[in-house]
Amino acid sequence: MTWTINVDAAACLGSGMCAGARPDAFTLDGPKARPLTPTADPDESLLDIADSCPAAAITITDADGGELAPRD
Amino acid sequence: MTSVQTYPFNEAEGIELSPRYREAREAPGMLRVRLPFGEPAWLATRYEDVRLVLGDRRFSRAMAAARDEPRSSPYRRPGGILAMDPPDHTRLRVLVAGAFTVRRVEKLRPWVREITGGLIDAMRAAGGPVDLVDAFALPLPVQVICELLGVPAEDRHRFRVWSDALLSTSSLTEEEFGANHGELREYMGDLVRLRRAEPRDDLMSALIAARAENTERLTELELVDLCVGVLVAGHETTATQIPNFVHVLLAHPERWAALVADQEEVVPAVEELMRFVALGAGGAFPRYATEDVEVGSVTVRAGEPVLVSIASANHDDARFACADELRFDREETSHLGFGHGVHHCLGAPLARLELQEALRGLAARLPGLREAEAPRWKTQMLVRGPRRMMVRW
Repeated sequence: MTWTINVDAAACLGSGMCAGARPDAFTLDGPKARPLTPTADPDESLLDIADSCPAAAITITDADGGELAPRD
Repeated sequence: MTSVQTYPFNEAEGIELSPRYREAREAPGMLRVRLPFGEPAWLATRYEDVRLVLGDRRFSRAMAAARDEPRSSPYRRPGGILAMDPPDHTRLRVLVAGAFTVRRVEKLRPWVREITGGLIDAMRAAGGPVDLVDAFALPLPVQVICELLGVPAEDRHRFRVWSDALLSTSSLTEEEFGANHGELREYMGDLVRLRRAEPRDDLMSALIAARAENTERLTELELVDLCVGVLVAGHETTATQIPNFVHVLLAHPERWAALVADQEEVVPAVEELMRFVALGAGGAFPRYATEDVEVGSVTVRAGEPVLVSIASANHDDARFACADELRFDREETSHLGFGHGVHHCLGAPLARLELQEALRGLAARLPGLREAEAPRWKTQMLVRGPRRMMVRW
């Protein structure tokens, strides 16, 4: 059971929020952020990061494709 | 050994950027600077260097608490989540972040437009000259943040005094500063107790619910301080930027005319003005290196503080072609006006919305806007801008 992390490059503002908080999971090596790996083991704190993205550009989905974050 | 220069460089009055930043950007390495209080620090002025310091986990805000932090006042300013590092910072930020995402905030646009419309109606009814700060720039963000957070907007005159003191760089004594901060906390604590008994659909009630669900995630004091932080940060900067933006636009009549001709230009205009206006007085919120880090060909040693000038970074020609020109057609828009990294402005989407709607309303309905006299500037605040700005139209 792994989660899929996606950063919508069109929506990303390059704030550096995700890469700053979790450099093990995200990087901002250009103007837009991207996940370091497309999938990750379930980790509640990743949902927190997705919720905190000012652009709501990070989505996290479970193995069945259900959207876990951002949570409304 | 390089000499240590007195900082900040900017004049307190006005919003000009000191020419010494350009000199610093063009010189190799980084400057050593000293604020009125605390230990000397490195000063990052180039875009790449500022972005590195703000975005890299090897730099810590929390470490400042244990050090003689460089600062403009004898007392230490309570930094709230701006004084924290992840994961503590993330734990608290996420509780409020959801309320301010682009998605959530965009739904507020019709309501914000209605508020700006009402304020402009009142200005027109009163007739000029009118103080743009008091009649427009302050009441707009105050009303918005009060409604979202759950603070009565009619208390504005009470909390404005405390809020001003919190962001002041003046010679308040430690006792005076502490008393102001204490009163604001007490005021907010009372509101939290009221709201706990009678929850509403606002951010304060949501935070109270989050604490009820998990008391270890959020202490009572953290809850109160988060509300204080949202209230203060949620209105002062926007209220200051609205007259700053107007002041700059009126000094660039062709740009103001562009907005009057086409209000859709407010979107690029706000981004460009966020880049262009040197809002910060300079010298706040130093970052401490937790290990040796190379910045701008200088090795910052573990334990040394670095100050960044966001305004200088935003005027770096290496990043923004002809950076001192105000242009609405820039392709490079990654300015640092809202900061960068984990402390990137939590309320940036809301600030953008308010600034866009403010300019849209003014350009559409007061196209002949002009200053009736020179603005009276704030002189002892972390953020620079007019205290009073009399306008006609």
